[in-house]
Amino acid sequence: MARLTWRPARLVKVREETASARTLVFDVPGWPGHLPGQHVDVRLTADDGYTARRSYSLAGPDGVELTVQRVDDGEVSPYLTEVMRPGDELEVRGPVGGWFVWRPANPAPVLLVAGGAGVVPLMAMLRARRASRSATPFRLVYSVRSPEQLYYADELAAPDPGVDVSVVYTRTAPDGEARPAGRLTAADLGPSGEADCYVCGPTGFVEAAAGLLLELGHDPARVRTERFGPTGE
Amino acid sequence: MGIISRGFQGRRRGDDERLPPGQYLTEDFPVLSAGPTPRVPLDRWEFTIDTEGGQVHRWNWQELRALPSETPTVDIHCVTTWSKLDTRWQGVSLDVLFEDVETAAEYALVHSYGGYTTNLPLEDLLDGKAWIAYRYDGEELEPRHGGPARLLVPHLYFWKSAKWVRGIRLLNEDWPGFWETAGYHDYGDPWREQRYEGD
Ligand SMILES: Cc1cc2nc3c(=O)[nH]c(=O)nc-3n(C[C@H](O)[C@H](O)[C@H](O)COP(=O)(O)OP(=O)(O)OC[C@H]3O[C@@H](n4cnc5c(N)ncnc54)[C@H](O)[C@@H]3O)c2cc1C
Repeated sequence: MARLTWRPARLVKVREETASARTLVFDVPGWPGHLPGQHVDVRLTADDGYTARRSYSLAGPDGVELTVQRVDDGEVSPYLTEVMRPGDELEVRGPVGGWFVWRPANPAPVLLVAGGAGVVPLMAMLRARRASRSATPFRLVYSVRSPEQLYYADELAAPDPGVDVSVVYTRTAPDGEARPAGRLTAADLGPSGEADCYVCGPTGFVEAAAGLLLELGHDPARVRTERFGPTGE
Repeated sequence: MGIISRGFQGRRRGDDERLPPGQYLTEDFPVLSAGPTPRVPLDRWEFTIDTEGGQVHRWNWQELRALPSETPTVDIHCVTTWSKLDTRWQGVSLDVLFEDVETAAEYALVHSYGGYTTNLPLEDLLDGKAWIAYRYDGEELEPRHGGPARLLVPHLYFWKSAKWVRGIRLLNEDWPGFWETAGYHDYGDPWREQRYEGD
């Protein structure tokens, strides 16, 4: 593999996902392409040369599109979600990660389990499925605090044959929702047959969700996890 | 200097000389692994060293715990940019485990319960640089942090410190492990920022 180089990335478009998260679309000349599930490292440089660097999952199958959740006392995410404007630049390198990926040629059914911003690389898988016109059955279980925290709400609500989406609300459920708000349980993940499982989110969520999948009898070798951070829901 | 991001100030949480380049301090203990946490019953736990000549050295849980232990306090550096300073461990130095091992091998492939592997030069495991750790911060090591026992090689990025360690295979040739096959650096020195292959 060639050395991963830092490439300039110019922000071209912004989409607000929630009050505290937005999608950023970058133009990255020479981007080599990637597999859904991979991430980039982002580097910000201040005018005196100080740099900060973080990882962000690629949200779509093509190009460099990120969805970033603002962490209030954070260093990088407030810049990406509030300060950066189209035309501004940063650097990215990647794609990184060859394990937490879905390959459209793989026919095995897929179970995606997302906690909060952990939906981002899983959305890339769903979008890649659609783009490749794959008929592989997909199921997404997406855990969020409240309806206001849902990313990609319209896209997930639109019918997509072969894809089953269920949203689990942990704090506040919308009116008319049968399931009372509460943490993810085995019942939310089952019943499910054999599947390649991808679990992504904050560390605590991933630990809990992967544990539930094992309880349900999923083969540990088919449960892939990606942990975003040390804390949070 | 790279491209400047307009309006980026940065937080500059202090230039700590104990932090390698590109690392940030955390007070939490980040958990990073590629899959779910395996549960390993102690009565079936074992640790082995297999030499290049086919000899197998084996310890069960009681035997490991009966060996003289050390209590290193070390800084750990995760490739995802978290560093944690002054972490307190208890475990058996690999120098103790290698006392009766006859080998001329240069490489070690560490393998774990759950199937994880990672590779490193044998010399990075010896001379007081590495432990099989079973206690963290005064408590038995939790499964999510690699319990019952994990490798601790704090001078390399923390993915080398294999959780749920099960054994070490000694090899004459370097054999890439799990993350090393997936594009991460073969050696992983945080002070030289060897994150990805080619760094
Ligand atoms: C492989 C990978 C992929 C990732 N993909 C995404 C993604 O697609 N979208 C996304 O929004 N983030 C993603 N992250 C998380 C991201 O890299 C940053 O950690 C996050 O944006 C916070 O950075 P910051 O500089 O704003 O906060 P920092 O300055 O690093 O941290 C500020 C404070 O917030 C806490 N904190 C840090 N991270 C989190 C977190 N994730 N949740 C809650 N508290 C936190 C810290 O402990 C600290 O107290 C990913 C992380 C990894 C490792």
